[in-house]
Amino acid sequence: MQEPEITPDVIANHGLTDDEYANILRILNREPTFTELGIFSAMWNEHCSYKSSKKWLRTLPTTGPQVICGPGENAGVVDIGDGQAIIFKMESHNHPSYIEPYQGAATGVGGILRDVFTMGARPIAAMNALSFGAPDHPKTRSLVHGVVAGIGGYGNAFGVPTVGGEVRFHSAYNGNCLVNAFAAGLADADKIFYSAASGVGMPVVYLGAKTGRDGVGGATMASAEFDDSIEEKRPTVQVGDPFTEKRLMEATLELMATGAVISIQDMGAAGLTCSAVEMGDKGGLGIKLTLECVPQREENMTAYEMMLSESQERMLMVLRPEKEAEARAVFEKWDLDFAIIGETIPEDRFLILHNDKVMADLPLATLSGSAPEYDRDWVPTPAAEPLGEVAQVDAIDGLRALISSPNYAAKQWVYDQYDSMVMADTIRIPGQGAGLVRVHGTDKVLAFTSDVTPRYVRANPEEGGKQAVAEAYRNLTAVGAKPLATTDNMNFGNPERPEIMGQFVGAIKGIGAACLALDMPIVSGNVSLYNETDGEAILPTPTIGAIGLLAHSDEIIGYDVREGHQALLIGETAGHLGQSALLAEVFNREEGDAPAVDLVAERRNGDFVRDNRELIRACTDLSDGGLALAAFELAEASGIGVTLDAAPCEILFGEDQARYLVACNFDQAEALMIAAGQAGVPVTCVGRFGGDCFRVNGSEAPMDELSTLYRSSFETAIG
Amino acid sequence: MRAGVLVFPGSNGDRDLAVAFRAAGFDVKMVWHKDSSLPDNLDIVGIPGGFSYGDYLRCGAIAAQSPICRAVADHAGRGGYVLGVCNGFQVLTETGLLPGALLRNSGLKYVCRTVGLQVATAASAFTENYSAGDTVEIPIAHHDGNYFADDDTLARLHGEDRVAFTYLDNPNGSVQDIAGILSENRRVLGMMPHPERAADPVLGGTDGKAMFHALAGTFATA
Repeated sequence: MQEPEITPDVIANHGLTDDEYANILRILNREPTFTELGIFSAMWNEHCSYKSSKKWLRTLPTTGPQVICGPGENAGVVDIGDGQAIIFKMESHNHPSYIEPYQGAATGVGGILRDVFTMGARPIAAMNALSFGAPDHPKTRSLVHGVVAGIGGYGNAFGVPTVGGEVRFHSAYNGNCLVNAFAAGLADADKIFYSAASGVGMPVVYLGAKTGRDGVGGATMASAEFDDSIEEKRPTVQVGDPFTEKRLMEATLELMATGAVISIQDMGAAGLTCSAVEMGDKGGLGIKLTLECVPQREENMTAYEMMLSESQERMLMVLRPEKEAEARAVFEKWDLDFAIIGETIPEDRFLILHNDKVMADLPLATLSGSAPEYDRDWVPTPAAEPLGEVAQVDAIDGLRALISSPNYAAKQWVYDQYDSMVMADTIRIPGQGAGLVRVHGTDKVLAFTSDVTPRYVRANPEEGGKQAVAEAYRNLTAVGAKPLATTDNMNFGNPERPEIMGQFVGAIKGIGAACLALDMPIVSGNVSLYNETDGEAILPTPTIGAIGLLAHSDEIIGYDVREGHQALLIGETAGHLGQSALLAEVFNREEGDAPAVDLVAERRNGDFVRDNRELIRACTDLSDGGLALAAFELAEASGIGVTLDAAPCEILFGEDQARYLVACNFDQAEALMIAAGQAGVPVTCVGRFGGDCFRVNGSEAPMDELSTLYRSSFETAIG
Repeated sequence: MRAGVLVFPGSNGDRDLAVAFRAAGFDVKMVWHKDSSLPDNLDIVGIPGGFSYGDYLRCGAIAAQSPICRAVADHAGRGGYVLGVCNGFQVLTETGLLPGALLRNSGLKYVCRTVGLQVATAASAFTENYSAGDTVEIPIAHHDGNYFADDDTLARLHGEDRVAFTYLDNPNGSVQDIAGILSENRRVLGMMPHPERAADPVLGGTDGKAMFHALAGTFATA
């Protein structure tokens, strides 16, 4: 078949700039073929090459004694002792989810699960962080329904418990929703599989589902802004099959146990192209592929289509040839395709043959290593205007406003649609801070959280970046876990705009500083740029996924409040209302600066909570909605009331950082106060739990009524 | 005591069920779906939760045609015990070992949460450690758990005391709140809730544990 001619239009449709195309001509010293152009565009788009973000990502702290493998592989690997490792990453599937919510979200989950089991780990926990437009925007409801069903449809069938996440609404996401999927898996620390090929003449094996035309050009689509032609992009979204993924995981883990695998890579964005180039490049080898050997779902597929297809549930492996029969038997047992489609070659060459015709012949290392890298212009985000006068509001009215907003109402409507308990190791399901999962067959427990407050990041990218990490640190601490490591999912607008790039740079600086100070190195991550529609960008949303470890389930700090428990606040309260939930939900104002993050105080207060876990019956971190919302949530979960000491609005709803609310009995409270004095940690008594009302400043409301509001508002708005 | 747990390619509760059987003292064999016979001397076969063949066509419909399910039907025909949980219950209705069918949840959404059940009969090897009328808390996690049977079947199930569990607050539209039923000889139990997820104190509830211990008691004294 004759390939299309390369015209300026064809080049532009591949998302390549004139300079980038000129660079291709220089590298090849000739015009590329159509297939080659597709391969370049797949390797060089923003999604795969990180060309705008690389320079800044390099500044992040990525090492530590707990880190076995940092960024650069499919996922990060962290030591959890006893010869075990946890492998995890968070990745966005924003653009596809907006175009086709069910399949976009489902394949986002599928992709992140593959990243984890490609490295030899069985997935044991999933989370997802979702951002949608205003609740009353005409598209929001269908997006929420589709995305949540897609996540559940894939994760539930695959059989991984979803134990945490976030759901937020803001008009800045009206034209671009965010779907960030996190997965973590468990492996033996000495049985981790990497992507670097080794050995010449080794067979390159295709595993899993067949290749179709779905998703051709998906990564390039995800590297551009949206406009009104968005409906035309639906065919670039892939279609997921969790049943195949489940079999692929079982077969892959079984295959790895046979010793047949030299290197392995999942086929994600830009499918066959990216996975083959990555394995060759990391191993310093060339790769030859013979495309007629690729298992195909559709007839008459071209080389271009096969190289760019993003069909799901596929892997590429370099095989130890003497193990071929054994490896093939594993895949036949699971009824999956197993096909040798090429081999490693000594020269630096990416050679693609189709029916004896050379369709692409490229220098492999150059293709991978010469991807453009931009030092984009950026301007620092201007300092926020100081917050003007904020009127006092009745505290119960303020609380009602928060808990009736889908942003702060209980998210049971969402979490009930996810299987949070499969694998029978889930200790704490979503909805009460960090999720907790026991390490199967041991007493160890892993804690999982995902956090960011985009309002803060917009007002002050650096403090907002710090805050996202600090909140994750606190959520892990509040269950008694020691924070171990972090994955970052950076969602921003168009990096070619200096003010957007400024948000990105600021957030990276803040995240880096916080990860360093709190000893939570970044071990994996993902960048999603161009989250804009018709020039309107999303709120800068650097989602932080983090994990923590407890040596024994006995060390978990509970969430069980009893009649008569004291309410103690750990940390300093100044009453910061800038960019607060109260300001946004009650006054419809998004003004002022983000709260400042004191990383030394964060660390000190976090250590204090962990060191005194035996004195604490229940603990939650303070974040959106401050003391009032935290006290309500803690009391509501145990079905009792709470009385808070009289205080002005800024004290009740302020969002100062480095704070926790804890519940304990009188003797424990006394002991905690003494310990706090010795540790130099501010602790104040702010009220007590008990009764059946929420009481403050002379107002009160029955908990039953508030609880009903809290538990029904999400469904009322979105269901 | 020996239990066999079936493994379909899309099973995902197989390990959970095996862990619960082992904790109650069973020696557990995992049984591959392509096998055409069960291991010898099994006291009970467990059909686990999950999505046996992706739940394509209808939940459990393809699994019901698998080689191993013919062996399970023979085992039940000889008076053998079978416990089907969630997808396992769907497989049991599709094979005809239990009457009725499991339709899409009335709310049309997947539901995962811990629910209250009433033990409707203690007269079975599965439920004899409970008392009829007991309330237990056991998780559910399904998209198609809406039990349906025609009036004659329902009358028979009730007349023969074969309803094992009912929901206190019906989460899926099941007719007469039915959550689990027994076969005529009371040796096959199918239920949508997951007792194996409520059998370990570290995870919270332990109301499911009594079922595995009751079974262990039955076979230890057999």
